[in-house]
Parts: sequence; structure tokens; C-alpha cells
Amino acid sequence: MDTAALALSARLAGLTTLTLLLLGLPLAWWLVTSRFRAKFLVEAVVALPLVLPPTVLGFYLLTGLGPRSPAGRLFEAVAGHPFPFSFAGLLVASVLYSLPFSVQPFAAALAGVDRQLIEASHTLGVSPLGTFLRVTLPLAWPGVLAGAVLSFAHTLGEFGVVLMVGGNIPGRTRTMSVAIFDHVEALEYAAAHRTAGLLLAISFGVLTFVYALQRRPFFRWNER
Amino acid sequence: MERALTFDVVRRFLRGPVISARASWSLERDPVTVLFGPSGAGKTTVLRALAGLDRPEAGSITFAGETWFDAEKRLSLSSQARGVGFLFQEYALFPHLTVAANLAFGLHRLARAEREARVAEVAERFGIADLLPRRPGQLSGGQRQRVALGRALAPRPRLLLLDEPLSALDAPTREALRGELRHVLESAGVPAVVVTHDRTEALALGDRLAVLVDGAVRQVGPVHEVFSSPVDAEVARVVGTENVFPSRLLRREDGLVIVRAGSAELVAVDPGGIEDEAYACVRAEDVVLEPPEGHPSSALNRLTGVVAARQPEGPLVRITVGCGVSLVALVTRASAERLHLLPGQRVSAVVKASSIRVVPRRA
Repeated sequence: MDTAALALSARLAGLTTLTLLLLGLPLAWWLVTSRFRAKFLVEAVVALPLVLPPTVLGFYLLTGLGPRSPAGRLFEAVAGHPFPFSFAGLLVASVLYSLPFSVQPFAAALAGVDRQLIEASHTLGVSPLGTFLRVTLPLAWPGVLAGAVLSFAHTLGEFGVVLMVGGNIPGRTRTMSVAIFDHVEALEYAAAHRTAGLLLAISFGVLTFVYALQRRPFFRWNER
Repeated sequence: MERALTFDVVRRFLRGPVISARASWSLERDPVTVLFGPSGAGKTTVLRALAGLDRPEAGSITFAGETWFDAEKRLSLSSQARGVGFLFQEYALFPHLTVAANLAFGLHRLARAEREARVAEVAERFGIADLLPRRPGQLSGGQRQRVALGRALAPRPRLLLLDEPLSALDAPTREALRGELRHVLESAGVPAVVVTHDRTEALALGDRLAVLVDGAVRQVGPVHEVFSSPVDAEVARVVGTENVFPSRLLRREDGLVIVRAGSAELVAVDPGGIEDEAYACVRAEDVVLEPPEGHPSSALNRLTGVVAARQPEGPLVRITVGCGVSLVALVTRASAERLHLLPGQRVSAVVKASSIRVVPRRA
């Protein structure tokens, strides 16, 4: 069992999910509430990873953030190492690639919160941020959880972007999905079976959890 | 200077009327103002603009000398800063919070002990103390309304705004809660603005009536005054009842109530719930005019007086009879000629007890 790859995948998926919660929730909130006219452009950009081949995203990240680009030099100056083939690079790529998997469920969940409840909170003197934390988020919680779980699962299963941006460095950028590719190339079918089976089990478990969450009135106030 | 609420709210809708409503009234007497009008007249638009939930396209709002909104100065105070209490049509209770947490929601600036004391006080006053641990999903319509009212009043707002406060209730509950709501509004010590399209509600809840027609405020005045002397035909059509008399219960007999209105006594069918003050309402077309000598009839109300005014209205004539109250009757031109209904002429006004609607004013 390739525990280094498993640990790396888990760390990458965990950090990606956390980053997406921090970035994706405000972005989703903005998408739901903004009256900005060109909002549809932002929505299209967020949805791009759904249709683009991962190689395209990886290619642009490599050229845009590579050592020879201004952004890449800035990255190197801040992080102390070049963007490609690093864990940080992998994280940036994963966050972008999983963006629609978090932002779309987040936005749907936030939009589903009754507007009058938000207005009621405002008339009771609670600030917009306070209202978000005390009303919107608690009521949108199942959808937010679903988005986070989907991002986690999607990052676990990511292959193309990881290979393009991160390469295949054991312990640093060699995730489970890349490890499976290695095992198969080396004709180590037993090892490939173990890793693939584990990934299948985790993904199935996660998706079951998400769908069960949306069906069951797990949160009592969602009844009716 | 007297403290007043003054607004001029202009808002255009894509498909619909242009709202351009302006009015002003004192905040020092007559605490409850009813914004009354048919649906689509702009009542809710005005209410939401007062609350700061929607921003008008033009105009201004001042409350007790404080500017809440001024389109020209690009000034708009947030809902939070206005300190209003808003009662939503469907009450908008937070479904994930208990009744206690709903009541405490607007008290976040108070220290914990103070907050708990205030919640207990409000719960006591609204008779919902035993509901505190429940969630809104487990409450009846009437209980929800009480919780929502308590939640809106708990932070001691400067102005209370109610959007169709009784429309979410079933008819029997609505009947029962109308008087209770009047009592709450009267004793709250806060000026209130109530939006309704229901005449009975307007009469039962309001001290002052502001009539909106097609996006404009057409008339503001004491409730019975607006009902009995509308400024124009459109207001008259909207309010619908020409004769509205402040009255006092004298006694009950055989399922009837006898009330005193002005110096006249009126007999009406007992609607229940009347204890003291009430409005007696009669539509002008339900009043029959006869020569004063008269004859026996089944109608229980026979008021004799003199014609005070006569005003032609198409094929009809509007006759005002001074008979202890100022009663308006609508008769055909032919009848008016036949009975010589000119000012000064003695005449009897006859009204069936079932044509007089009595609306209680107190719980």
C-alpha cells in the first residue's frame, strides 16, 4: 500500500476543500446577491473546469505561473520555490479545477434561503456579515456541506491537472490517482487494484453521504 | 416642531404602475396608521421603503427630523440603523432557532443577563412563555404571529411596520386576533404603520387611514372621517362604506347590539367581540328614505331628521340626513324628486339591523 500517496492525496483534498470554503463561499454569496451586469461572465469562468480537459488548465497554469512568467517569478519570490512540481502549485491547480464543484452547490444552497429571513435579520439590527453567519449559513448548511464533500472527492480523483502541474514526485506530488497510473504502467496489477479499490470505496462512500444528506430531513428545520 | 413621519417614495416597476406616494403625519398622537388600498396600489412598496429594505428611485423619507433617505443627497440609512420593527406577511421566523432565540435575535447588543430578562418579559407579555423551547415549525398560525410581533418589539424599535399582519391566518383565528393586535399596537408605545387591503382590518386596527390608489396617497385622516367623507370618487370606491360612526355599546338584546353613535341609537346584529368602543358601518345604498310620518316595517332602525345636503351623482343622488348622526343615503333621482328631498326637508332614514356592520375597536 502506497501510504505516502494516500497521505498526500488526503492532505491535498483537505487543504483544497478548506481553501474552497474560504474563497468559494464569499464568491457564491457574491454570485447570489450581486446585481453586477456582467455576472454571467464570472459564472461562465467558474464553470469552465467542468468542460475543459484538465490538460488545458494545467498547460495554462504552467505557462502562466512557470518560472519565466512575471507571476511565476513572484510566486517563487514569495514561496521560495518554483510553482511547477510543488505541492503549493498542486494546491492552486486543484482549487481552480474543483471551483465549480464547490461554488455551484454553495450558490444553490445560499440562493435557497428565504430572502425574507435575511431581511428580517436586517430589520432586527444585525449586520450583513452577522446575518450571513447567523441565518444564511445555518440554513444553507446541507448544501454547503455537499459542496465541500464534492470538492474533496473530486480532488481525490483528479489526475490530469496533477500530472501536468505536479509531475510525479513521490511524497511531494505523487497522489493516489497518479500512483495507480504508475502501477499499471509497471504491470503491478495487485498494487493498482488495492489503490484503485480504496479510491472507489472512498468516492462511493462520499457520494452516498452527499445524496443521503439531501434526501433525509437530517436537519429538522428543512422539513415542510 | 411636532415629530412627524414624512415620505415621498417614487418607484417604477417594469410591468405595473409608477408608485409616487407622498404623505406626512404626526408621530405624537394616533399611534396606528393604516396604509389602505387595493392590491397593486403600492402599499407594500411604501412600507418596504420605510424599512430600508428597498431603495426608492427618487424622493425622501424623514422620521422625527432624522433623514432616513434622500435620493438627491444619495443618502440612504440602512435598515439596521433605522431601528424599525418589521412584521412580515408570513412572519419570517427563523426556522432553525427556538422561539427564545427568535425573540433574542435582535438583542445581540445587550449583555446576556439583560437579554434573557428582556426575552422573558416579552414572552410573558405575549403569552408565549411556554413556547420558548419550541421551533417555529411546531407553532400554530396565531402563535407564530405573536412570536413575530414579540421579536419585532423586543429591541424597542422606534417605528413598527406591519405588512398584512393577519392575512396569513385562517378566518376564525384572524377574527380572534384582530382585537388582540389592536390592543398590542395601542399599548406598544411605538408608532405603527399597518398595510392592509381589508376594510374591517383597517377599521379595527387604525387610528389614522392613508388611502393609496394607483401608487399615490389620496387621503390621510382619522379612520371614520376618511370612510365617511372621501375626498374624491376613487377614494370613495376604494373605502366603499360611506357611513362609519364611532360608537359605544349600550346593551345587548336577543342577538342584537344597541350602540350609541352621535346622539342616535342604532340596532345591529351582534358580531361578537364588542365590549365598548366600535365602529358602526352602513353603506349608503342600504339606507331607505321615507316621509317622516312613516308606516310599520320590519326594519329596526328608523331615524328622523332633516336633509342637510344633496349632491347629484349620475342617475343617483347622495342625500345627507342629519338625524343624530350624519347619515349618507344614495337614492335614485326619481325618488329624490318624489320625496322633495331638498335641504331642510324632514325625512326618515330606515336601515335594517342586518345592514349595519359593527366592527369592534377593543379586545
